[in-house]
Amino acid sequence: MLGPQSSLVMYDEEYQRILVLLEKLLRESNSKVIFLVDKNGQLIAATGETAHLDTTSLASLTAGNIAATGGLAKLIGEKEFSILFHEGEKDNIHISIVGGRVILVVIFDQRSSLGLVRLRVKKASIDLGTVFQELVDKTEQEAISGNAPSPFAEITDDDIDNLFN
Amino acid sequence: MSFINYASREINCKIVYYGPGLCGKTTNLQFIYNKTAEESKGKMISLATETERTLFFDFLPLALGEIRGFKTRFHLYTVPGQVFYDASRKLILKGVDGVVFVADSQEERFDANIESLENLKDNLEEQGFDIEKIPFVIQYNKRDLPNVSSIEELSALLNERKVPELEACAMSGEGVFETLKAVAKLVLNNLKKGG
Repeated sequence: MLGPQSSLVMYDEEYQRILVLLEKLLRESNSKVIFLVDKNGQLIAATGETAHLDTTSLASLTAGNIAATGGLAKLIGEKEFSILFHEGEKDNIHISIVGGRVILVVIFDQRSSLGLVRLRVKKASIDLGTVFQELVDKTEQEAISGNAPSPFAEITDDDIDNLFN
Repeated sequence: MSFINYASREINCKIVYYGPGLCGKTTNLQFIYNKTAEESKGKMISLATETERTLFFDFLPLALGEIRGFKTRFHLYTVPGQVFYDASRKLILKGVDGVVFVADSQEERFDANIESLENLKDNLEEQGFDIEKIPFVIQYNKRDLPNVSSIEELSALLNERKVPELEACAMSGEGVFETLKAVAKLVLNNLKKGG
């Protein structure tokens, strides 16, 4: 599992595998939009009808939501609430935690049902969990071997100054 | 912590504005939002009470441009300053890459600044951060008001670590971007070291 203080690194290969899994879940659960968010609020991947959605804001609020309910859980002696469900007039949101650190968000309407979404999410979570575990192992190995220096290792003060010009 | 995405060639960092109630954290973000080009910013979200006091957090996503082919994105957050929202403040510090402490320069807020800074130290420690190492800058806000403490006085009490400190007037925007730049610089330099 990813530690709370470790940087999340995403590589092309794992990103493609994650996208495939999300697209499969989108089809099988008959949902509208699916996205994955880091617990710190960073959007990792999204699929489905995302064009009209502000996914950055959704990611940040989802993480805030999970953090707040996590706080509630601790107050009553629970480790966390691993599933959250919000029911709207047309659209519903199903939020669950994958592999301890990543948040899986499924938005669906009357074309699907809570039961179907829960069932498909459960299965997809296992596959996604495997990819994220491999990602963590890979990141650790790269760090130990020193093969993948940070892309920022070479930046200069001028590079940073240029961002603000 | 930062999120490096090789697939989309992006790097995301989280910066939190901390400080006592009504010190100007939200005002800092509002100024940045108003002065940033449309294509570089996302929607600003404020989870606030009816009287516009921050209830949970403000959030502003900023795209600063590219460094070495990587899009650099900063997610700016504020915490609710009021003392009794401590549980929320702790949550917002999760995964932070850099902290701006916004101090209220007014004499009557002297104790509130110290209390908030102590609270920040406690909460960072609780989240497993080394408060001596995390990228950190201090902004002395409201310098335009008549009843302010001197910078020397504020610095002696609030800036033990001798981190970058800046004077500001967030209402007019003076010092706001300088503060953001100072913390962004520290965060990026930290990434350079592989932090």
